[in-house]
Amino acid sequence: MTNDELLWRIAGGSGDGIDSTSQNFAKALMRSGFNVFTHRHYPSRIRGGHTYVEIRAAPYDVQSRGDGYNFLLALGDSFARNPQEGAYYGVEEVKPLSENLDELREGGVIVYDEGLLDEADVADLDERAAENDWHVYPLDLRGLAREHGREVMRNTAGVGATAALLGMELDPIEQLMEERMSGEILEQNLEILELANDQMSDTEFTHDLRIPDQGDQADEQDDQVLVSGSTSIAYAALDEGCRFIAGYPMTPWTDVFTIMSQNLPAFGGIAEQVEDEIAAASLAIGASHAGVKAMSGSSGGGFALMSEPLGLAEMAETPIVLVEAMRAGPSTGMPTKPEQGDLEHVLYTSQGDSNRVVFAPGNTEEAYEQTRTAFQIAYDYQIPSIVVYDQKLSGEMTNVDESFFDREPNPSLGSVLTEEEIEDAAHHESGKFNRYQHDPENGVSPRTIPGQEDGRFLVTGNEHTPQGHICEDPDNRIAQMDRRMRKLDSIRAELDESEQSNQTLVTPGEDEQYQYGIMTFGSQQGTVKEATERLNEQGYSVKMLGVSDLMPYPEDEVTAFLDSVEQCMVVEMNATGQFRGLTQKELGGYGDKMTGLLKYNGNPFEPAEVVEGFETSISGDVDAPGQTTKFVPAAGD
Amino acid sequence: MSAFSAIGIDREVDQNEFTPGIEPQATWCPGCGDFGVLKALKGAMTELGKNPDEVFLVTGIGCSGKLSSYFESYGYHSIHGRSLPISRAAKLANPDLEVVAAGGDGDGYGIGGNHFMHTARENHDMVYIVFNNEIFGLTKGQTSPTSPKGHKSKTQPHGSAKDPIRPLSMSLSAGASYIARTAAVNPRQAKDIIVEAIEHDGFAHIDFLTQCPTWNKDAKQYVPYTDVQDSDEFELDVTDRRNASEVMYEAESRLAEGEVLTGRFYRDDRPSYGQEKRHTGEMPEVPLAERYFNDDYEWERSADLMDRHR
Repeated sequence: MTNDELLWRIAGGSGDGIDSTSQNFAKALMRSGFNVFTHRHYPSRIRGGHTYVEIRAAPYDVQSRGDGYNFLLALGDSFARNPQEGAYYGVEEVKPLSENLDELREGGVIVYDEGLLDEADVADLDERAAENDWHVYPLDLRGLAREHGREVMRNTAGVGATAALLGMELDPIEQLMEERMSGEILEQNLEILELANDQMSDTEFTHDLRIPDQGDQADEQDDQVLVSGSTSIAYAALDEGCRFIAGYPMTPWTDVFTIMSQNLPAFGGIAEQVEDEIAAASLAIGASHAGVKAMSGSSGGGFALMSEPLGLAEMAETPIVLVEAMRAGPSTGMPTKPEQGDLEHVLYTSQGDSNRVVFAPGNTEEAYEQTRTAFQIAYDYQIPSIVVYDQKLSGEMTNVDESFFDREPNPSLGSVLTEEEIEDAAHHESGKFNRYQHDPENGVSPRTIPGQEDGRFLVTGNEHTPQGHICEDPDNRIAQMDRRMRKLDSIRAELDESEQSNQTLVTPGEDEQYQYGIMTFGSQQGTVKEATERLNEQGYSVKMLGVSDLMPYPEDEVTAFLDSVEQCMVVEMNATGQFRGLTQKELGGYGDKMTGLLKYNGNPFEPAEVVEGFETSISGDVDAPGQTTKFVPAAGD
Repeated sequence: MSAFSAIGIDREVDQNEFTPGIEPQATWCPGCGDFGVLKALKGAMTELGKNPDEVFLVTGIGCSGKLSSYFESYGYHSIHGRSLPISRAAKLANPDLEVVAAGGDGDGYGIGGNHFMHTARENHDMVYIVFNNEIFGLTKGQTSPTSPKGHKSKTQPHGSAKDPIRPLSMSLSAGASYIARTAAVNPRQAKDIIVEAIEHDGFAHIDFLTQCPTWNKDAKQYVPYTDVQDSDEFELDVTDRRNASEVMYEAESRLAEGEVLTGRFYRDDRPSYGQEKRHTGEMPEVPLAERYFNDDYEWERSADLMDRHR
């Protein structure tokens, strides 16, 4: 058992305050100088149901959940609330304890609320504890909380006990409480925190796990902020001058929608919760057309409804940014579980040839960077941009330098003319503005905004003339189609030339040529990166590429990567290898070089699964892969 | 100075300014009621002295959707049923624009029915003209939501078993704050109603009866109509919801019998959605769209929000 890192898991029922408690504890760890990464697992219901949050804290950079965990804080109440004997919740009473044991590492620590959970109801706990060297500490958290405050404060008692067991200072935790509470509530919480801490400190410890050694890391850090992928996307939109959002709630897209709705009024913007997703995307189109930077978004099912306005935005060349937070499908699938199965849906949905830009950020920082780029591209090129991510990146939180967000805003509407410029721009002899000229080199024909003098034009979802009038003339059709498609080449060239790296390339040594490559896209990037590091430590020669913009496809970068390895494993969270398929389609080959590693059981990859997958497939090990992952051998061309 | 200087000019406007000098001219069939809407709309805009550059006309799909092609303004020929969400967002983005949405009975009461209900409920300050000819025209004569019960078509060969939509009653219960019905056969009333609707601060719904000489030769749109304001039979107080509801019920029942009642049915002066949103602090006082042209505006940044993440 090493003390390198803490993997603290708090488990209970939905409604037990798991989320807020874990957020505060993560912040306390962050302030104490650790890098943190949180992972949320929850069911699709309001109360009850097994839910947990994991916090990984280490002195080194952590960009993924670890393999399992080493500390369990088991709460429980929501399970016991249903008074009906034998009701659905009834059998779940000990789930916070029983459901979590499979992933608890050897030498792990368990502290549970003996006021609510009965150890005797968990089958084989003693046996398994002895076998795995687990150290179990019961504490009446509910009793403590009830006696000195309110029952709901048992979370605080749990955190107090955690600190004692780990040898962790209470200061950062107390400080956070003081910043967030006041009066009697604060007094009671502080008392409960200390009492639980004292009570546990008096116990004789048998475990070795302690708060990790920080090494050279500063004792305390106040320049870090804790943010999720969804926060990053919303904040990037705000910094790009997006002041209009329309949406309909759907997990996990709701996170971005909520953050924007809460902040827009104070920023002088407008947020609209509307009747459905068709309306939501159409509102974004209307606001953007009228001269405001606008966005909308949804998750799989809601995005399906948006396919119609998405096509309109392509044809009309109205800039919009859509966010697609994937969850497991098909249909409503698994509402609170991540998957990367909507990739093709996002790339190809809607009528006709796709004429859109798709970004798939790989972590919290990329979520910010790429959302900003998505707005810039959308408004400069008058094209819909989609940011696709998933429930994993949406909810996971990690610490980022506060200075990362300290940037200049960019409220530019891109290729919009001022009234002075309209005067000199090309008009039809009738006086109508030539909104859709045939000839601009990069495909972008400048636009005007309703209300501007002499900027009148017509928009239509039908094929149209330069003034926007419906037209089925074959020559006009070809000129307009070619111009719209030309934008994608210009965008690809701009992205390739930009200073900001759009794909994440990890090459562990000096070499350019490696025996193996691992490629992934979107939210699996951090996990795959960690797996790659481990594989190299084990003596393999592996480099990795996380692809973060998907349309127009980064052909040159991916080609260079695939050419530099002998074999490549493609890791993605879906059942059909959609990203591998995309790569093969875009590059016109490489099928015989790429082996797929897929997972689609509702949980994201853990680094060990990627390592195992690599060893069983690529390196020729014949053992069958783990139950949760699946191999798709190289296909050949 | 405003970045949208076409808005709010004060000058004489010639009706021809609302005619695009671009071929092809209207492709509607000879005798089509849609010409009546176009004429009335041009007349209303001229009377109000609107500049074509300050008008934003959003249409759906079908014969009615072509209105934006034949009317000169900033136009958006959008997609089937979606003219309302597009236009209401444009109004929120720039409340100074004169926003008009238009579509047919299939577009507005069928595929876009959900948007109609909610746009009425929210009471956006805009005009919504529904071309009601009780038929799907451009797709060549299928039964529409307003076709009478028993209507036979290629897609309903045994005659429709459905009662038609009651657009006026539906609009009232959804929350529209101005509701009128007019007909292409009376361009003067139609123009006056559009003028009133534009001047009304709230969601103004006009059920506009348009004859379809090609696909719906039996339509009541040809028969003489009674104006509820001119008739002695109705002492209608348009601000009384219950009263309006009764007259609408009458109008919709008689339509099935072949008698057409037109005129203003309801007016409610409650604040429009934009006003409500400004009141609750959810919308800026100055048109949001103006801000992007204001070089002096100091843009708020996400860095201002970092305290809560420490």
